[in-house]
Amino acid sequence: MNKERLKPEHPMEALLRMDRMPHIWCPTCGIGTAVSCFITALEKIDYPLDKVVVVSGIGCTGRVAGYVKLDSFHTTHGRPIPFATGLKLGNPELKVVVFSGDGDIVAIGGNHFIHAARRNIDITVICVNNFNYAMTGGQVAPTTPLTALATTSPYGCFETPFSIPYLADSCGAVYVARWTALHIRRLTKSMVEALNKPGFSVVEVICPCSTLYARRNKLGTGLDLMKFYHESSVIKHGADTRELDIEFQKPMVVGKFVDRERPTFLESWNAQMKKALGEKFQPYGGSNEHD
Amino acid sequence: MSTTELKIGGFGGQGVILSGIIIGKAATIFDNKSATLTQSFGPEARGSACSAQVLISDDQILYPYVTVPDIMVVMSQEAYTKFEPELDENGLLLIEKDLVKPKKPREKIKQFAIPATRIAEELGRKIVLNIVMVGFFTAMTGIISAKAMREAVKTTVPKGTEELNLKAFDRGYEYGMNLKKKGKAPK
Amino acid sequence: MKVDPKGVLTGSYFLDGDHACCEGALAAGCRFAAGYPITPSTEVVERFAERIPLVGGIFIQMEDELASSIAILGASWAGLKSMTVTSGPGFSLMMEHIGLGAMLETPCVFVNVQRGGPSTGLPTLPGQADMMQARWGSHGDYELISLCPNSPQECFDFMIDAFNLSERYRVPVMFMMDECVGHMTEKVVIPPADQIEVVPRRYTTLPPEEYLPFKPDPDLVPPMVKVGDGYRFHVTGLTHDERGYPVMSAECQETLVHRLIDKIRRNARDIWIYEEDQVDGAEVVVISYGITHRVALRAVQMAREKGLKVGMMRLIVVWPFPEERIRQLADKVKAFVMPEMNYGQVVLELERCVAGKAKVLLAPHGGGTVHKPEQIYERIMEAAK
Repeated sequence: MNKERLKPEHPMEALLRMDRMPHIWCPTCGIGTAVSCFITALEKIDYPLDKVVVVSGIGCTGRVAGYVKLDSFHTTHGRPIPFATGLKLGNPELKVVVFSGDGDIVAIGGNHFIHAARRNIDITVICVNNFNYAMTGGQVAPTTPLTALATTSPYGCFETPFSIPYLADSCGAVYVARWTALHIRRLTKSMVEALNKPGFSVVEVICPCSTLYARRNKLGTGLDLMKFYHESSVIKHGADTRELDIEFQKPMVVGKFVDRERPTFLESWNAQMKKALGEKFQPYGGSNEHD
Repeated sequence: MSTTELKIGGFGGQGVILSGIIIGKAATIFDNKSATLTQSFGPEARGSACSAQVLISDDQILYPYVTVPDIMVVMSQEAYTKFEPELDENGLLLIEKDLVKPKKPREKIKQFAIPATRIAEELGRKIVLNIVMVGFFTAMTGIISAKAMREAVKTTVPKGTEELNLKAFDRGYEYGMNLKKKGKAPK
Repeated sequence: MKVDPKGVLTGSYFLDGDHACCEGALAAGCRFAAGYPITPSTEVVERFAERIPLVGGIFIQMEDELASSIAILGASWAGLKSMTVTSGPGFSLMMEHIGLGAMLETPCVFVNVQRGGPSTGLPTLPGQADMMQARWGSHGDYELISLCPNSPQECFDFMIDAFNLSERYRVPVMFMMDECVGHMTEKVVIPPADQIEVVPRRYTTLPPEEYLPFKPDPDLVPPMVKVGDGYRFHVTGLTHDERGYPVMSAECQETLVHRLIDKIRRNARDIWIYEEDQVDGAEVVVISYGITHRVALRAVQMAREKGLKVGMMRLIVVWPFPEERIRQLADKVKAFVMPEMNYGQVVLELERCVAGKAKVLLAPHGGGTVHKPEQIYERIMEAAK
């Protein structure tokens, strides 16, 4: 991003660390779009922004925490979800958002993802899926479509990829949506819904990685990818999450798939302890009680 | 000799560890002595012969494990077979009369038996046999006061069972004191 | 600062080391624990899970030790005193976040009830072979603090020191127990709450516009903020400047890492906790830590009965190593003996500090049980020759 173009009146200045610009993302990378949508969503949720925290892992999307002007943590690879779990349980007043990539969330952090979903930890996960490990140069990921090329699958990916919405749904997430970086308004709306939803909410953002994934697979420029998203995205709210596999350069289903009610971890904790211990139970109100 | 080494043996579910806890607690909390309890953990602790080991001393206890027990309390045949050879040659062996069929004791070993299971059954709950043994141990050794032991029993057993367990303790203790009165036991 | 009396179970108990460790944490004000079951440490979190709903706080059994070890960092930044508990194999998995904790300067306590290793080793039997791992286990350069208790009473007492040191210096503190101490049951006296002093977290007094998250006070420790208090701060595991922003340069690395190390080294005099007995005029000084100290004391008594002048130094804080004191002693004594339940770990530091001025003899032990006092006694006699 060009420094001169970032005028002080940049509409998102209040929520971006302008002193850290330019950012590290490549031209036409979709992560910036996801961040813009997120900031727009934050302005719509009517929640004190001092109480919103962003936690990232490692990778291109892992850098998001460093650019948003909120309390923010850039943690270790794959572990933003358990860090966020500690934050949220430490102070339940916080709205905790994990913003990280597909490798971080469903490969190295896969175990944390499924257990946080199972427990219904009250956090929002925004998972940017660019189908490869971009920070390290374009290696195969657990989301790489079959036959797609990557530096560590030079003859084409032959492992079945994860469908992030299906994984999230089957593990108990209360809100699951998928959009591409093209669907700015819909993505923003889903982010708002996810942020407002108590419990473990997941928004997958399909993003172009023109420098690595697209180039290696001869998919054209960032603009070509956006055209592809436009032509081949099929909006299907409430689709059966078992039918959301992404095949290489085939039409893909986007939309809001899951929106259900389940008690959160803390609600369950309070209910069970109250039931088991009665008056002896000390309801837990978080770190602010100890000031 | 300021440190007494005690080993309690039996099978899982007999309350071997609880016996050790009561003795250690009586010594430390109610009798102002030092005590260290150790036990076996893992698969070996779940076998047919498990044990609790207690060191009791008037001084600070340094080395934490029982090496050569001076006193052994045994509540099962397998524990007897497994542990008896470890007992000091001048040691005191206290056994459950109906559960342990002992060999002829080694020359200098003092060996005494109590029908703890029968006593426990008379009280209505076979499960308190370990507390009968603890009472018997208290009478036969005299290293911890009966008062301290009763306090430890009372504050360690499950709530609502204190009376039963104290009765069990008293019966074991009386049995031991009677043996002593008859001159059959060490003073 | 006095502790929250809700967590203090004042009275005399017959407790094992694991349970006493948990009570120490609760007394110190720990209100968040995350753990994963592993022998012989599990009893610590079992007790925490039972007690914490009565005190006001949270326990969460995480999916593994990687998760546990970072959840406590999150909870600490949220403003709670936090700990995790494990043994060797889990400690290996936690190394990643011991490093992150050092880098983010996050107060928290890692309890390691050491068992025999390597790998699965001896789950139910003691070892002291994770001492160098506590010192150097995570990648990169850093300094942390490690304490070793030798009894259930000390598991209680020194857990309070562990939390205090972690708050004072903003570092993860390693509480290095062992299976023997963890599973032995002894008398534990828990004092009244008003007799327990705790170190409060050092929060900044500056407003957000003036605050720099990693600008240290003169003692090299930066004041902290709590998430959600409006500071809009950023922290990262990348090398960072005082603003907390990543800077990929040798200069920034030098400034940051040097301070992280000096934060402990320059304050070491205030951190060291050790005990000495009859070291003045001693020919041989035995240095030990943890459960091994109790066994060594028996050996020292045996040697003294033979008329030998043997001193005893017992390390409660093992890291940072009390090098200054060792150098002083090295000028005066003929030999040092160090028993440890490993084949030579902390003794390497001892040798480094003695620097050839006196003999250094290791009394090694592979773990599985403690030394026999005779093994240590023989080394003392050999050292005295």
